[in-house]
Amino acid sequence: MTLKVDDLRISYRTLRGDVKAVDGVSFSIADGEIMGLAGESGCGKSTLGNSLIFLEGRMKHVGGTVELDGANLPIADYKAMNRHRLRDVSVVPQYAMSALNPTRKIGRMTSDLIKSRGTDYRKVLEEFKRRIDLVGLPQNVLNMYPFELSGGMRQRTTMVISTLLNPSLLIGDEITSALDVTQRAVGEMLMEFRDRGFVKSMIVITHDLSVLAQIADSILVMYAGKLAEKASSGTIVDHPLHPYTQMLIGSLPEVGLRYDEAPLTGIPGRPPSLLNPPTGCRFRDRCPFAFDKCVEEPPFVELRPGHEVACWKAMDENSPVRTEPASQGASASQGASASQGASASQGTQS
Amino acid sequence: MSMLEIRGVSKVYRTGTFGGELKLVLRRVSFNIDRGEVVSLIGQSGSGKSTLGKIILRLSAPSGGSINFEGTDISTWGKSQLRDYYRHVQGVFQDPFSSYNPLYKADRVFEMVRTVYFPKLHGQQWHDKIESALESVALNPGDVLNKFPHQLSGGQQQRLLIARALLLEVKLLVADEIISMLDASTRVDVLNLLVDLKRKGLGILFITHDLSLGSYISDKTVILRGGAIVEMGDTQKVFGNPQHSYTQSLLTAVPQLHRRWASAGERAPAAVAANGTVGALAPALVANRSVDDALFPDGEGARYSKSSLYPARTNGPQKPDHTGNITGPGPGPRPSLMDIPDQPWQRRFGFGAPKLAAVLAADDTQPLVECEPGHFVAVEDEL
Repeated sequence: MTLKVDDLRISYRTLRGDVKAVDGVSFSIADGEIMGLAGESGCGKSTLGNSLIFLEGRMKHVGGTVELDGANLPIADYKAMNRHRLRDVSVVPQYAMSALNPTRKIGRMTSDLIKSRGTDYRKVLEEFKRRIDLVGLPQNVLNMYPFELSGGMRQRTTMVISTLLNPSLLIGDEITSALDVTQRAVGEMLMEFRDRGFVKSMIVITHDLSVLAQIADSILVMYAGKLAEKASSGTIVDHPLHPYTQMLIGSLPEVGLRYDEAPLTGIPGRPPSLLNPPTGCRFRDRCPFAFDKCVEEPPFVELRPGHEVACWKAMDENSPVRTEPASQGASASQGASASQGASASQGTQS
Repeated sequence: MSMLEIRGVSKVYRTGTFGGELKLVLRRVSFNIDRGEVVSLIGQSGSGKSTLGKIILRLSAPSGGSINFEGTDISTWGKSQLRDYYRHVQGVFQDPFSSYNPLYKADRVFEMVRTVYFPKLHGQQWHDKIESALESVALNPGDVLNKFPHQLSGGQQQRLLIARALLLEVKLLVADEIISMLDASTRVDVLNLLVDLKRKGLGILFITHDLSLGSYISDKTVILRGGAIVEMGDTQKVFGNPQHSYTQSLLTAVPQLHRRWASAGERAPAAVAANGTVGALAPALVANRSVDDALFPDGEGARYSKSSLYPARTNGPQKPDHTGNITGPGPGPRPSLMDIPDQPWQRRFGFGAPKLAAVLAADDTQPLVECEPGHFVAVEDEL
């Protein structure tokens, strides 16, 4: 298991108080897994991704632990994290095309970067050139300034540099949404990097579920700082259980779908403010299926094998799966089992 | 006669130091927009789609060709005439967050319309007008009036801008990527709003890079590459039976929920991953293997199947590449999808560039061929 996040809580410090952007999130990523992280803007998905590599000054680590390859990742400690950045955890930033230093040639910049990680640049130079070639760029980009390259070439260069030291975890923040029709090229490149072992596993953050359906193995849907649903990408797309995921998928236009044949519907309302998040299910106000039980907070439980959901309604309709020996008698009766099943299943929140 | 007729519009930008370089960004683009019709203009970044939107809004003047709005050519109109034109033609742009001045309240955009177009309208009359405009974009006046932009959601901001356009007797709305900055959940509301307005008779030019949005909303589709139309026609025909290889490659690249791009088994096997440490990657795997072969294992043929419905052009004139050199004769490799963003499709003319008129005359864009009724496609270069 590459990454294990347990009850992670990250807040933003503001003058009006702490904005709880990530509020008790637990999940894990297997070796070689590409996990998609989806949700609306402001649901905490970028915060979660950023916190795993670089905690900005206004971000505060409130609680929870992160384990990478079995060792603790000190995300709250800026200096201690330095040892892990690029080497163990790496990131392809949202605007990958403007992430390069404009005053340095690509080769020089990479050399500085690699040296700062304590690795000999000459040792990786050969591999760097090979990977540059692999993504279809000419060898002489090393002697070019970023402005000599087009946006797509810069994005590919950034991806090669970020993964040069074969990190265990790569975080891609909205890398496919740089306003173009070439999402496919980027997506296939990510899978190629994974298949060749340049990176062990990835988190791909995007609001576009159709991209994730293409490249991700599993999808994690977040809503208002909490986990809503996690399952394999096929399950999320074809059999979502959480009403939020269902509505998110229902609002996606697809080629061949027309307004007069199948009008799409959006999700009314806005996500709640995370300054003082509401109690109970946070999707309650926008959910068409909300009922009186939703004033209590739903636990994030495994309802079907490998399919975890935080929703009372879904739980009523699908009894939680019986977890192995540890949870003796946990899911004996459906109604009472909800909270017990939660404590027994893996991705639990208090 | 269509409401808006675009006839052979070209645009040349001056770039480079001292504007010494000329760049042809639109090449004889012609199409029509009717009342109550949504035309989507699809292209990747740099295809000239936004330039065309700006030219229709006359935020920039075309270098050649004409734009007829209800029978009159507006391409050379000056400021005072354009004021009347803007009564009927309005635009909404991509980024709602930068369309507003953050220091002022959001409904100031309405006030600015009043000072120019309705100086005599005051009090209740004006208020009623705003309310009816807000009603047609499904906004509650209490929610949005007297608020600062940051207090509104992106969807509300975009709808407010559409409402601003509706205050005038708008007949054509140029919507330039208006929903690409919005969340998936609010996108659809704005899209459906455009459908409503279209049903009420508004013509809409929907500029987008997202084929699924274009196919959802539009009656007609125009596909632009390198400033020239490669294919246009009824949306169902263009999407259902794409003729140009570029359209086909675009369609295969659209991420869809229920259909995968390529089956995973065809990709490089996981055995490669076993020795993926730095420096240990077997060179044989990398040598002679361009990324296209790696990324698109179905081979060139699958992506660039030639269509049979229209003639192919043979031995077309050699085109200079972006460095100005004319590359050697003979068939070169087809550009791959991977290369698309890097291709300098637009023709550039360097220092000592010919005069603007000569640049326009040198444009060898061929007229489109009608391959079936209402479906036009560009003749492809034989490469």
